[in-house]
Amino acid sequence: MAGMRSRVLVVDDDPALAEMLTIVLRGEGFETAVVGDGGRALPALRDLRPDLVLLDLMLPGMNGIDVCKAIRAESGVPIVMLTAKTDTVDVVLGLESGADDYVVKPFKPKELVARIRTRLRRTESEPSEELAIGEVTIDVPGHQVRRNGEGIPLTPLEFDLLVALARKPRQVFTREVLLEQVWGYRHPADTRLVNVHVQRLRSKVERDPEHPEVVLTVRGVGYKAGPP
Amino acid sequence: MGERWHGLAVDWRRSLQLRVVVSTLALSSAVVVVLGLVLQTQIAGGLVQAKQQAALAQAESSRFVLERDLALVDPDREGAAGTLNNALAKLTSSSDGGDAESTAAGVFQAVLTAEGEGEDGARAPSVGPVADVPADLRATVTKGFLAREYTTVTDGSAQVPTLVVGQPVRTAGRELQFYLLFPLTAEQRTLVLVQSTLVIGGLVLILLLAAIASLVTRQVVRPVRLAAEVAERFADGHLDERMTVQGDDEVARLAESYNEMAGSIQNQIRQLEEFGALQRRFTSDVSHELRTPLTTVRMAAEVLYGSREDLDPALCRSTELLVDELDRFEALLGDLLEISRLDAGVAELGLERVDMTALVRRAVDGVRPLAEASRTPLLLDLPESVGVEVDPRRVERILRNLLCNAIDHGEGRRVEVRLGADDAALAVVVRDHGVGLRPGEAGLVFNRFWRADSSRARRSGGTGLGLSISLEDARLHGGWLQAWGEPGRGAAFRLTLPRRPGGALVGSPLPLVPVDVTEPLPMRAPAPEPARAPVPEAADAEDGTAAAGVAHTVAHTVAHTVEPW
Repeated sequence: MAGMRSRVLVVDDDPALAEMLTIVLRGEGFETAVVGDGGRALPALRDLRPDLVLLDLMLPGMNGIDVCKAIRAESGVPIVMLTAKTDTVDVVLGLESGADDYVVKPFKPKELVARIRTRLRRTESEPSEELAIGEVTIDVPGHQVRRNGEGIPLTPLEFDLLVALARKPRQVFTREVLLEQVWGYRHPADTRLVNVHVQRLRSKVERDPEHPEVVLTVRGVGYKAGPP
Repeated sequence: MGERWHGLAVDWRRSLQLRVVVSTLALSSAVVVVLGLVLQTQIAGGLVQAKQQAALAQAESSRFVLERDLALVDPDREGAAGTLNNALAKLTSSSDGGDAESTAAGVFQAVLTAEGEGEDGARAPSVGPVADVPADLRATVTKGFLAREYTTVTDGSAQVPTLVVGQPVRTAGRELQFYLLFPLTAEQRTLVLVQSTLVIGGLVLILLLAAIASLVTRQVVRPVRLAAEVAERFADGHLDERMTVQGDDEVARLAESYNEMAGSIQNQIRQLEEFGALQRRFTSDVSHELRTPLTTVRMAAEVLYGSREDLDPALCRSTELLVDELDRFEALLGDLLEISRLDAGVAELGLERVDMTALVRRAVDGVRPLAEASRTPLLLDLPESVGVEVDPRRVERILRNLLCNAIDHGEGRRVEVRLGADDAALAVVVRDHGVGLRPGEAGLVFNRFWRADSSRARRSGGTGLGLSISLEDARLHGGWLQAWGEPGRGAAFRLTLPRRPGGALVGSPLPLVPVDVTEPLPMRAPAPEPARAPVPEAADAEDGTAAAGVAHTVAHTVAHTVEPW
């Protein structure tokens, strides 16, 4: 990553906040682009191919949730949402529509930058590291996941989550441990992040998400990878 | 049996109809009985009166006949008995030749006798059933009076009530006594018939009255019952329930005014619901509208703060103040939003099965930096593990508030955290050894923005809402949050929660007042208040809070400043 500046697309209707975000992110060495309404987010995404989208959930014109879904429909780009609400419904809706992580306003710049950096950081890998859970094979350096030779498109976050589980097949991961390893939270955080993304991951890698064989739930503890 | 009585008692209380029917039965029974008795007495009196008059008339005419027949007969003479017999037979045998005759007075028997002995000592003959005539009557008649008496004559096995009329009869010789015996069998039969008629009539009347009362009350009670049913459904939350209005009578008026009342209540409830929704909406709006600019300000401040070394000292300090106060502003905003959510009743409990010991440890670890800054030792007394179903986010927030509060007011002395549990409940007590609370302050610490001493410096930058929120959080769990404090002995806060959601609390596994406090304080002998037994008092307060479901316990408290945050 050194030498190459990551590009962040800021989607926010509040000009002052958008400008402030730009100042802070530029100061941290990111390149930024700003769009003021949800309708222009998608074209901007196609034009600019950002490394990450910073999305305010409250947008005029197009609902932040809908923008999130639209982006997710055509790209696995990491999405960090900005939300003013901590109410269960809003956060879960945002996560379910594809956001990888969220930051609650008002946040400190450091907190935001930490979240963005975690999402941009790629899983380090051994050359030609290959993992398997059941029928699913993971080519870690190539960022490829296949089932029976057929490619499964995963977002970077889902990929990281699957790799974290697959690397220690017998270990049961608590939600807190996964929050730390995958989301980079060193303090207790919202375990709904884990729940929602495990569901999203299952919907892609499992034959029958109702009866998971790849990502297993260990009741009362957390999750673990299925048998290789 | 007792069950049945109880059932009857319940029916009696619950059924207006039953009460009306039973009352009607009782009252009409009384009326019918009195009426029957009066009627019977009247009829019996009338019957006897008529019989007596007829009997007297009969006696008079009989005497007349007898005296005519016996005018020339001396009863003491030989053979007079036959003459007397003949005369009596003539009186009684005119119709059927027996001893009975149908006259106005009915059948009767005649007796002719002479009391005492004649001049020559001969015994006068007696004709007829003399033995049936009572002795006292005979005595009266012998003296020459007309007399009558009721008596009972034994006729074979039957006891026959009889009216006896006696009078003297003149003869050629000495006076004879003449008695007529009127059996009252016919009158008795009549009376029995009247009685049975009265009884049967009375019973039928009573039953009819009961049936009528039942029917009438049914007419009144039915709409009342319907109204009660409608009102119950309304009370259950079916606000659209209304009574059907039929006709123009009192019931219809009741239905109309009930419906009017229900309508206005429904309106009020709708309005309140709208206010509630408005409040929630407002909360959410404030949340967004305030938070977005606050975020911008916060980021700007951090940027300034990041380069404060390049600024001159005044600007640098200003930047630091700006950032610190933004922290407070943010905390206050967060608490305000939380408390308005709790007030609006929209706060939800995210229940999870957790280990309380781990939760307490996490909360303690969270405040360690604060404790280290004020050099406050934190002593933990926790069991191995306590499984519990609570909202861990809220419980941790309560614990964090209590811990910060204790560190804030503990004056650097040790803060003790104890966790205890029994089958139904768990308790966490956070005890500090600061200067304690003044009397009455233990209840005030949960008030919003309450500060014991406004001049006191705030160390941890509390918002003044922390304990209020904690109290609401405890209530949301169906638990208690209680405070105790005494001057010079510090303060203790106890959180008691049911181990399973919805479990009722009857007591707490840990005492609120620390054990060391039950011993008297050596330094400060004269206590400001007379009561010096905090343990039972706290127990009292506990009962009170258990009943009210509220969580303040006011134990003794003296001189201390407490800032809830």
